[in-house]
Amino acid sequence: MTLPAPQEVIDAAIAAAAHEPCIVIVEESHESEIRFANNTTTTNGRRRDRRVSVIRFCEVEGGTAAGVATRSGEVDVAEMVAAAAGDAASSPPSPDAAPLVEGGEDPGFAAAPTEEDLGAMAPVLDGLARAFDAARSADRVLAGFLEHQAETVYLGSSTGLRRHHAQATGALHMVGRSIDGARSAWVARSTEDLSSLDVAAMDAELATRLGWAHRSVALPEGRYEVVLPPAAVADLMVDVVYSASGQDAEEGRTVYSSPGGGTRIGERFFDLPFALYGDPAEPGLECAPFLVVGASSSEASVFDNGMDLERTEWFAEGTLTNLRYHRAGAARSGRRFVAPVDNLVLELPGATGTTEDLVARTERGLLLTCLWYIREVDPANLLLTGLTRDGVYLIERGEIVGAVNNFRFNESPIDLLRRTVEVGASVTTLGREFEEWVKRVRTPPLRVTDFNMSSTSAAS
Amino acid sequence: MDSARADLTGTIQCTPVAQSPRTPFEMPDALASHILESAREAGCEHAELRVERIRSQAVALRDGDLETVADDTETGVGLRVISDGAIGFAASVALDERTGRRLVEEAVEIARLAARASGQRVELAFEPGHGEVEWSSSHRIDPTGVPLARKVALLARWSRRVLDAPGVDHVTSSVLAVTEDKFLADLAGTIARQRRVRIHPQLEAVALGAGGDFETMRTLAPPAGRGWEYLEGEGWDFEAELERLGPLLVEKLGAPSVRPGRYDLVIAPTNLWLTIHESIGHATELDRALGYEAAYAGTSFATFDKLGSLSYGSPLLQVTGDRTVEHGLASVAIDDEGVEAQRFELVRDGILVGYQLDRAIAARSGLGRSNGCAFADSPMHIPIQRMANVSLTPTPGGPSTDELVAGVSHGILVEGDKSWSIDMQRYNFQFTGQRFFAIENGQLAGQLRDVAYQATTTEFWGSLAATGGEDTYLLGGAFNCGKGQPGQVAPVSHGCPSVLVTDVRILNAKEESGT
Repeated sequence: MTLPAPQEVIDAAIAAAAHEPCIVIVEESHESEIRFANNTTTTNGRRRDRRVSVIRFCEVEGGTAAGVATRSGEVDVAEMVAAAAGDAASSPPSPDAAPLVEGGEDPGFAAAPTEEDLGAMAPVLDGLARAFDAARSADRVLAGFLEHQAETVYLGSSTGLRRHHAQATGALHMVGRSIDGARSAWVARSTEDLSSLDVAAMDAELATRLGWAHRSVALPEGRYEVVLPPAAVADLMVDVVYSASGQDAEEGRTVYSSPGGGTRIGERFFDLPFALYGDPAEPGLECAPFLVVGASSSEASVFDNGMDLERTEWFAEGTLTNLRYHRAGAARSGRRFVAPVDNLVLELPGATGTTEDLVARTERGLLLTCLWYIREVDPANLLLTGLTRDGVYLIERGEIVGAVNNFRFNESPIDLLRRTVEVGASVTTLGREFEEWVKRVRTPPLRVTDFNMSSTSAAS
Repeated sequence: MDSARADLTGTIQCTPVAQSPRTPFEMPDALASHILESAREAGCEHAELRVERIRSQAVALRDGDLETVADDTETGVGLRVISDGAIGFAASVALDERTGRRLVEEAVEIARLAARASGQRVELAFEPGHGEVEWSSSHRIDPTGVPLARKVALLARWSRRVLDAPGVDHVTSSVLAVTEDKFLADLAGTIARQRRVRIHPQLEAVALGAGGDFETMRTLAPPAGRGWEYLEGEGWDFEAELERLGPLLVEKLGAPSVRPGRYDLVIAPTNLWLTIHESIGHATELDRALGYEAAYAGTSFATFDKLGSLSYGSPLLQVTGDRTVEHGLASVAIDDEGVEAQRFELVRDGILVGYQLDRAIAARSGLGRSNGCAFADSPMHIPIQRMANVSLTPTPGGPSTDELVAGVSHGILVEGDKSWSIDMQRYNFQFTGQRFFAIENGQLAGQLRDVAYQATTTEFWGSLAATGGEDTYLLGGAFNCGKGQPGQVAPVSHGCPSVLVTDVRILNAKEESGT
């Protein structure tokens, strides 16, 4: 079956709505992946997916309501329009109602969806085969995941707006373990172009870290000076941004709520002038420059579909500058419209140096290569709990001197940025836990004092 | 390996958990047969085809006003093959003969690509064909067929009721409903048509205190493999729960902060299900224990060499895996590899005696037949080993929750789940909850705030001092158990009684944060 062109689906749905207010979103994705463990490939797959959302807007008593229908594959646009219209007509007025976005047609809107090339995986597979052979002869086992996606989104509305964005995303994740499971290490690289992956270099990095772990050191729970590499910082920053809902803050239920009511926008949180932002035009981290929302929430609205996205600073010079509001919420609160952006950057302007530089300047501390199972414990101070995983190392006099047992930590990333005493240059990275949701991220290595290791973990 | 000739005209051999009319989702038998034959002719050692339609609806209100509406129907077809000793999977949202041919080509192509780096041939444990099977989870009213206005009206009424309670400042409410129709056919001759229905209503209230302080409390009603009738009181008394929620929240806001230390805990099933899920459910997945999730979800301290000898907990600990329990979120008749659903032991008298298996892991481990724990959360995803309904057995005629409390001189009663975290080998965990009641000399002595309990799995279950009776038993669970790459989410239930666990480390979350 050849699916109709996305542009035809949009035109047909708008026609089926008799040009009453509506928005149509077509998201096309082609993906391939290879999974491996115990030095062999395991579950491997390809998929061609298409999701279509029709959003109808109806005037109801007291305002405007929205209804949404999402289907996959070859859709019956008339059924979808009727379903969305039925839900809208039977709903109360939407608190996020706003005029639909006006505009013209993006360059590239007429293009066909981007195809994903399975052939690009073959050289990586050959590299993995060599790495598996090397691992077997060195009593190591490798596990990991190779993935590549080509995603194209088309958005059209009854106002004549036609938007288009195409993006490739890929990554290779590798874990190396000693045959007895006592030592382990993790590395990952994100890339749009799989040919840029150097499997041998990643495998060598794993071997180096596993070598560090030939000496093991048992340390108790307590507070430690730590060096957090960019990947660990990335995972800790996700909740900082995730919690940045304007309405939630105004209602007094987040770390960004002011004790006297309202929000803490304008308050300086950190002595260091950190910038935390998203920007669809960020070099090397480019992402969709317009908003796509399939279902409304307190901070993002289906009415705002197609809105331009721009650089959005959550923190600038250490000060909270923005929280997320849809247009209707922003108007009610006297704030600006701020939407989520699909990338994340933390930087300290002017900071230089790498993780290795921070390690070299450490008298005694821990290098936490990656963090895992991070969950919110207390939204009032954004206390998170989580664990170290696949590589905690003791640093003494600027050198890695051995591997340390794992720990459970209880820390707020807000407090952590307050206690940061040294920052390196921000680099493109990939978090361990949240990479599935935040694939475009640039963060620096940090040195943090008094990192709270609540207990030890016997996991290895 | 599974090399039986495709025969799509068998007879009913599986016993349905609950009878229901034939599902309205008509599956294309002839097309399925054609695709499977094409895979066999392409030299595939195994092939199974799934065609699915998953309808998901979400409705959410904030302070009684409609905020979120989503109505999503996912349809698609996925084909898994074994070719050249490697697994290949291909999926598409289109469903016709041409797509079927392409699925076979693509599944074989990626299997052969993967075979370039394969160090071990994949084989599947034998499973006989089950002929034609029809099955539906037990429900009366398909929740995805309930009009949106009715859902909004019910949630609005619930919200107003709790908002009207003195001291409650905000309320969010939601219901997520899923109806999953799944057709499976394989080369062994199984043709299964199954429908699973599930629903999860939630309401959370917020109370603001002086100086920016606040507390939240969520309903304890678990997600269930039930229909809309659940929200109308069949299986849970929502009216009684809503009546108590506001006053309990206000009491919690004014409660003292817990003093950290070691306490005896009486843990209600509304909290304990999640501890079972994380510390037993995942730890007894054999793919994890053998290292096949080392790169993502993790491994397990319950390694394969400890089967039959690991002291998992006290002799009171009896745990089963069960894909047949009524209203269980992981219940089916046939799993996504064509294996008949089963009930099996995981922990007997405190000793590890079993694992959850899929066919590849069953074959690789030499344990024989799979116990039916394969699942894919979408037609677009490959089936992987996922959790059965893993449950803790109550003590026949055992104590009530009040009787467990009565036996504690200095402890805490824990209700409702909230924050959770556990390490990648399922040793060190930390949980919070919705409400914690101090126990002094066998009596409840008001709520406590800022409580988190932290332990190591075997230490915790080793301190299991009493399990409650059948009257305390409840099937809890979640819609969103994550595993695998690409990530998949699975619904799963966990039944358990109230329990008494002694000498557990209690943290004060505020002190942990240094504030």
